[in-house]
Amino acid sequence: MPKDELKSEYKLVGTRPDRPDGLDKVTGRARYGADFSMPGMLFAAVVRSPHAHAKILKIDASKALALEGVKAVVTRADFPDGLTGEDWNLQENTIANDTALYDGHAVAAVAATSALLARDAAKLIEVEYQVLPHVTDVDEAFAPGAPAVRPGSADHSVSSREVDLPDNVRHNVVREIEFGHGDVEAGFAEADLVREGTYKTEATHQGYIEPHACVGQMGADGRGEMWVCTQGQWFIRKFCAAVLGIEASGLRVTASEIGGGFGGKTTIFMEPLALALSRKAGGRPVKLVMTRSEVLRATGPTASASMDVKIGMKKDGTLTAARAVFRMQGGAFPGSPVDLALTCAFASYKLPNVEHIGYDILANRPKCAAYRAPGAPMGAFAVESLIDEMARELGLDPLDVRLKNAVAEGDKSSYGPTYNRIGLVEVLEATKAHPNLSVPLGPNQGRGVATGFWFNHGGETSVSVSVTEDGTATVSIGTPDIGGLRASIALMVAETFGIGYDDVRVNVVETGALGFNEPSHGSRATFASGKAAVTSAQSCIKQMCQRAADKWGIDAEAVEWVDGAAQPAGPNAGKFPPMTMKEIAETMGATGGPISGHNETTMDGVGASFGTHVVDVEVDPETGRTTILRYLVVQDAGKAVHPSYVEGQYQGGAVQGIGWALNEEYVYGKDGRLQNPIFLDYRVPVASDLPMIDTVIVEVPNPGHPYGVRGVGETGITPPLPAVANAIADAVGVRMKHLPMNPPKVLAAIKAKANG
Amino acid sequence: MKYHTPSTFEDASALAASAPGVTRFLAGGTDVLVQLRAEIVTPDDLIDIKHIPGVKEIARTKDGGWRIGVAVSGAELGAHAELVSEWPGVVEGMELVGSTQVQGRATLVGNLCNGSPAADSVPGLVAAGATVTITGPGGTRELAVEEVPAGPGKTSLAKGEVISAVHLPPRGDNAGDAYLRFIPRTEMDIAVVGAAVSLRLDGDTVTEARVALGAVAPTVVLVSDAAAALIGSSLDDAALDALAAAATAACNPIDDKRGTVEFRTEVAGVLVKRAARIAYARAKGEK
Repeated sequence: MPKDELKSEYKLVGTRPDRPDGLDKVTGRARYGADFSMPGMLFAAVVRSPHAHAKILKIDASKALALEGVKAVVTRADFPDGLTGEDWNLQENTIANDTALYDGHAVAAVAATSALLARDAAKLIEVEYQVLPHVTDVDEAFAPGAPAVRPGSADHSVSSREVDLPDNVRHNVVREIEFGHGDVEAGFAEADLVREGTYKTEATHQGYIEPHACVGQMGADGRGEMWVCTQGQWFIRKFCAAVLGIEASGLRVTASEIGGGFGGKTTIFMEPLALALSRKAGGRPVKLVMTRSEVLRATGPTASASMDVKIGMKKDGTLTAARAVFRMQGGAFPGSPVDLALTCAFASYKLPNVEHIGYDILANRPKCAAYRAPGAPMGAFAVESLIDEMARELGLDPLDVRLKNAVAEGDKSSYGPTYNRIGLVEVLEATKAHPNLSVPLGPNQGRGVATGFWFNHGGETSVSVSVTEDGTATVSIGTPDIGGLRASIALMVAETFGIGYDDVRVNVVETGALGFNEPSHGSRATFASGKAAVTSAQSCIKQMCQRAADKWGIDAEAVEWVDGAAQPAGPNAGKFPPMTMKEIAETMGATGGPISGHNETTMDGVGASFGTHVVDVEVDPETGRTTILRYLVVQDAGKAVHPSYVEGQYQGGAVQGIGWALNEEYVYGKDGRLQNPIFLDYRVPVASDLPMIDTVIVEVPNPGHPYGVRGVGETGITPPLPAVANAIADAVGVRMKHLPMNPPKVLAAIKAKANG
Repeated sequence: MKYHTPSTFEDASALAASAPGVTRFLAGGTDVLVQLRAEIVTPDDLIDIKHIPGVKEIARTKDGGWRIGVAVSGAELGAHAELVSEWPGVVEGMELVGSTQVQGRATLVGNLCNGSPAADSVPGLVAAGATVTITGPGGTRELAVEEVPAGPGKTSLAKGEVISAVHLPPRGDNAGDAYLRFIPRTEMDIAVVGAAVSLRLDGDTVTEARVALGAVAPTVVLVSDAAAALIGSSLDDAALDALAAAATAACNPIDDKRGTVEFRTEVAGVLVKRAARIAYARAKGEK
């Protein structure tokens, strides 16, 4: 049902005002990462390995340093030794020690008085390499006898499957995972149809429009500042401090506006280089801006995956058992999202018997970062493709099969915990009722459906709200605004106070202004910062009621807050005219001082979000080219605080998924070098590739949030990969199991089918 | 780097002839400046030919053909109603180059001299029988467009030679042309296969034809066997199959990130048939 027809008990939450940051963004006033400049600033360039895997024999920067205007060169020798675990991984990824682990791995960096000079100087830094054997493909990296990406790092300690995995051969397996419940073999025996398949997805990049950029300044005392394009300024502070061996409190980090992140800007890549160069150049600020090619080669795409899935189904569509074995490479470091992929894989379904096995694998590729619901789209591709295939084989409606097995409140999830109130059934029913489902299809056209899930996240959160001296409100949040956050926070705070939307100013503040905040990740910002802001506003309201009570000479308990004003809570409390927030604020200096509220917590009450997508495609049988004709996203938002930005998230997730499904992939040559480090050949969808994405916001309120909010940012990318594959299967009868489903692959499949 | 703005093609030629290092002529700059910024080609001498009188003109020649200046942009070509109506295939090829912004700068000659086998404007020019005037140290000469590319990134022009105009022949009656390219997306891509067909009819019968393919060989290729398959036919299925077979036989593509040998070869046959149908309909006066 259209959002406008929903009855709302709120005055502001659920409306669609202009975003407060909109005017700055459309007029160019907003400052993004590369817009910061400072007096005396230097410019940096990075020397990167042209090899996928190579021993670094020698680095000679003497020619670069001899250039006038070159102020500093740093190598790994300028960073502290002795780091362990993820700190070491971050440091090693920032700048290689004795081995370059992937094409694009930073080896040295230089700061000079101009960007051109820095680029010229970087070319004069001579690096001698000894090329080592490399591996980039996930299956090849997993295979016995593959070149060891980091010799000695294999870890098979978790596995009870030594038979499959003698640790003397699979050098690149750094983590094994096993979990599940029930008896899968018994479950398969119960089924009328058991099918299995192997599916593969290629690495894709978030493709944010704004390249990474920062200005870093640090003195010999290890204290400094950074201005940076990031999803999380506290993570930048924490990780840079670890990599540089300085105290976290010595670094003050301010987040710029952000031109897209999608998870890829929740960590560090080149930021410590700017700080190290600044320290070496006598504390002069250093600006470092990546090119697009550097972004694609040396930041964090998601993993590539190879996945086996086996499912048992009864004739009526009931699932009896399922098994997933997922292998993922996330670059030359541990940390592919294979664990998350497994936990999401069957999360939509009631499954008495389920088994998950996962392998985290190293390969000579850049260190993966989070990408919108990390891991979930790959797992969904495998599982939702197979369920679709089995439903078709049994002559069942794919949506009915999903509805039959859909999880609801009280069901044990495939990954363990029992669900609280969730909205999958409501989502599936809203999907079935949508008019797109009854549009007739023509020749070579097909319809695909798929369902997806994301947990959503609470996380460490600090927020402060102060009553401004003129009766408006100022909110300080620590989560950068990546999708309309300021508008959503302003709506919730204004609703809580009972004041106007325009009377709330929301600032994304630097690390010195609040306690620790996790980034805007895990679809948590509107949920967690919003909930903390409401709690903080409620604290302000309590104080304002006290001020009114003091003035009236009555108990604070006898004062209530209604429509932006304190008033006596009933006839027995006394007869006083309401005292507005403005009146209280204007006199607060004389009545006890500034009024503010704050909330610091690891946020609880998170609510998961499910979504179902329906896509209609037409496949050109002579070229294998797929055109998206129609696309529908139905998803549970809990409560859409600002429906336009919720719809934007739904559409954006669908579009990124369509790109991943059809054309995007990291293409490596035999030499291990990335072949497509520009947007010409790394093919994200362009606007003219897409129809308007239809959206339906389902609202099953999350009981853990004052306004019922669930996260909405990530679930939207979980169904598109299988939805598009299922539509192509429906259109031309070929089952694509290896992404991307680009024209050469689809045409080859069509021809193979025609030739029997 | 030295930047020059000569006011005649003779001066431009002389500058290039005497330049000792890497030389580039600058028209729209949509390849040269991109390559410069990406550090693929850093010229020692950059010779801007946009200051030469007449380079922005599209003029009817005495024989009824067209003379197109070397700095005429794709957008200007597309806005020229008469040219569009006579040579829609030539214009639609040029209009596929780049984005709207690039269309305001990019030129036919730049697209030709960049030497890409996938250049979208070149197959249409070749099918049209277009020629170029080349100004060099020894005077001027005329050359068929298909003789200009010599391999990926290379042309047959000698040191000091610069293209000073493009010529399209008179279109005449009962004729039509068309260009189609295959890309995985709808815009902002490089042709994986390109196909251009120009033909003339007598009644329903094809009497003249030229067929050119892009992105399936080291250069854009004129495929005379494909033209022969069309001539004398009324574009019946047998002729179209023969056309596709001839086009496929002319393919000598590479495997790369943009497409496989098998795919390019197969799709060349598909596109050339589709382009022939459009050209045929245009020759019949159908819009």
